[in-house]
Amino acid sequence: MTMTIMFAVLFYFAAGLFAVGVSYRIYTYARTPAPLKIPTTPAPRTRTGVVLLMAREVLLFQSLFKANLWTWLFSALFHGGLALVLLRHLRYFIDPVWSWVIFIQPFGMYAGFMMVAGLMGLWARRFFVDRIRYISTPSDHLMLALLIAIGASGLIMKFVTHTDVVAVKNFFMGLMSFTINVLPADLMIYTHLSLVALLMIIFPFSKLLHAPGIFFSPSRNQVENPRDKRHLSAWAAKLESGK
Amino acid sequence: MATDIKAPPYRVFNIAPAIQPGAMENIKSFVANEKIQTNLGFPAFEIPDWKEKALGKMGELLGKYRSLKVYLDACVHCGACSDKCHYFIGTADPKNMPVARQDLLRSVYRRYFTLPGKLFPKLVGARDLTREVMDEWYTYFHQCSECRRCSVFCPYGIDTAEITMAAREILDSAGYGQKYANEIIGKVHSIGNNLGLPKAALIDTLEGLEEDVKDATGLDVRYPLDVKGAEVLLITPSADFFAEPHIDSLIGYGKVFHAAGISWTLSSMSSEAGNFGMFIGNYEQMRKIALRVREAALDLGVKRIVVGECGHAWRVAYSFWNTLIGVGDGANDPYAIQLQNQLDHRYKQPMHICELTWDLAERKIITFDKEANDKHIITFHDSCNVARGSSMGDMFGGQFEIPRNIVKAVANHFYEMPEGTTHEQTFCCGGGGGLLTDDLLELRVKGSLPRMEALQQVVDAHGVNFMASICAICKAQFTKVLPYYGFDRRLIGGVHQLVSNAIKLGDK
Repeated sequence: MTMTIMFAVLFYFAAGLFAVGVSYRIYTYARTPAPLKIPTTPAPRTRTGVVLLMAREVLLFQSLFKANLWTWLFSALFHGGLALVLLRHLRYFIDPVWSWVIFIQPFGMYAGFMMVAGLMGLWARRFFVDRIRYISTPSDHLMLALLIAIGASGLIMKFVTHTDVVAVKNFFMGLMSFTINVLPADLMIYTHLSLVALLMIIFPFSKLLHAPGIFFSPSRNQVENPRDKRHLSAWAAKLESGK
Repeated sequence: MATDIKAPPYRVFNIAPAIQPGAMENIKSFVANEKIQTNLGFPAFEIPDWKEKALGKMGELLGKYRSLKVYLDACVHCGACSDKCHYFIGTADPKNMPVARQDLLRSVYRRYFTLPGKLFPKLVGARDLTREVMDEWYTYFHQCSECRRCSVFCPYGIDTAEITMAAREILDSAGYGQKYANEIIGKVHSIGNNLGLPKAALIDTLEGLEEDVKDATGLDVRYPLDVKGAEVLLITPSADFFAEPHIDSLIGYGKVFHAAGISWTLSSMSSEAGNFGMFIGNYEQMRKIALRVREAALDLGVKRIVVGECGHAWRVAYSFWNTLIGVGDGANDPYAIQLQNQLDHRYKQPMHICELTWDLAERKIITFDKEANDKHIITFHDSCNVARGSSMGDMFGGQFEIPRNIVKAVANHFYEMPEGTTHEQTFCCGGGGGLLTDDLLELRVKGSLPRMEALQQVVDAHGVNFMASICAICKAQFTKVLPYYGFDRRLIGGVHQLVSNAIKLGDK
């Protein structure tokens, strides 16, 4: 029961920090003006065009595809795998489970392998490509290690040492209604959950901010129409009051 | 020194070089002296409170530029950009990889503006701001030409040009300015153009041009200055007034206006298209330089503003003029409405000279004798700031199509350089972004390697002997570096130089 309470506290803390931290970051990005039109051209000339471009960037990693096929492949494996795995995990948080979530369960299982394989590929580049080795910081390595450990501990629970997933679901459903249900005493679930909580805690302070960041990137999200519409930020407009 | 510089050998395989740490750490452009700095309102070198000034400016910019804030946070060190910079390809110095260049600034941002950097600097690659770091910034942020090629490939669109501009702005605020750019900006403020050509010299040059064209064509083609009530105000880089091959394009612009019967004028007060305020990332300087254009337009009462062949100038004109000084459309504030009411909005404001020429050619108002350019076997070099920081016409990618359309309309022999080196993936000439100075010649020679490799391919395959471009810096840079690669320096020229050769002037 002690461990259950510790994990309950940990998850409330991690989820709170994640939500507040990421919201705060998004708020600062949104609040900071972009005083000049700087889309990387050629760029879409309509809002719809920008939405489509952003969709291609976020869903297909269009620019990365142009840049480097290996990085693109590993990134796509990892992010695609992660997306499926996250969707698969929805079953721990909703009851009754939506039918499409049930439908993707088997795919989500193999997506775990995709995710870990992609991460291994990305990590290998940090060792074997001299340019990438040069730019890698300890935190770049640790981030990959953390994600791989999360993926691996999840896969081990699925395929090697099974955990009482019904009890795990009870634990999380309980947290969502502010009641404490017992978490199974199992080293692997403790490991998995601790690492996930850690990831949520460091998210708002780390390069994981690339996820919300891309939506605020002026070189990608601006409509290319500088001649047709005057674009003026508040601080720049003040310069004109003197004129 | 200059004679020791050798062009790097062409690469056997089209891949990035193995890194050579420190390869370019001693290449540093001259630092601005006290007079140059104070002239622009910047402190002089070696002020005691440089650190507070620098960090204060960084904090200020983080609040003023979303680009800087997002770009410093979002990079994941994926390395997509790492082999995309012409300076890295040409020098192999790892700090010339866009991501590593950004990290020079990012590491300090992390140390002073993020929690992990304050708590665990080593872990996240954060470091204190020291004098050595400032030196490193100065060195490597003056080895970036702000060409934006990296931003094409970054999955988040991180544009190293934005980081470089911020870094230079921080350096300037701490007294560590670059002589070349800041001296030139001072000249624009006092005289009106980058080269410091006073009105009398402009009159002299333009009269000389009229005589030359008269000798060559027998016609009175005018190159007017400060004519009130002209239809068009032409804003062109001051290199067009005297440098080779730039002046041949200026001759071409005049012939286009002549053949189309459009009245036009240059301005002695605003005799510069280039805007080095962008290079140093200083909004106020950029605006102050651009204000001369506004003043000239209002003073001369022109209906249209047209911009000559100049890469970053066109970026500033196309993308920023509407913001800075209200040259454009769609304003709802009194400041810009005054000028926008004066301008004729049947035409794009501002308009690139290539847009003007191509429109006239499409409507058959001007016609060409293509055979006049038969001695030229031509390729087209997309200038970086036109390609990735602006557009032309109404279609997506007009900045690529319109100049090519003109070249194909005025000449018979045109060949593209290899894919991946043109359009939005074009390589910078190696001299852009405030680096066109002889103290950086080694960098310029090495940085032009990828473009020279691509050029060599079309020279070998098609006998190309003319590389057309629409940028004053490209023209000056290639004139200088082409011989290092065994080419004739006259291989570079302007699009309107070709127009000038072929346009039918008749006897209007």
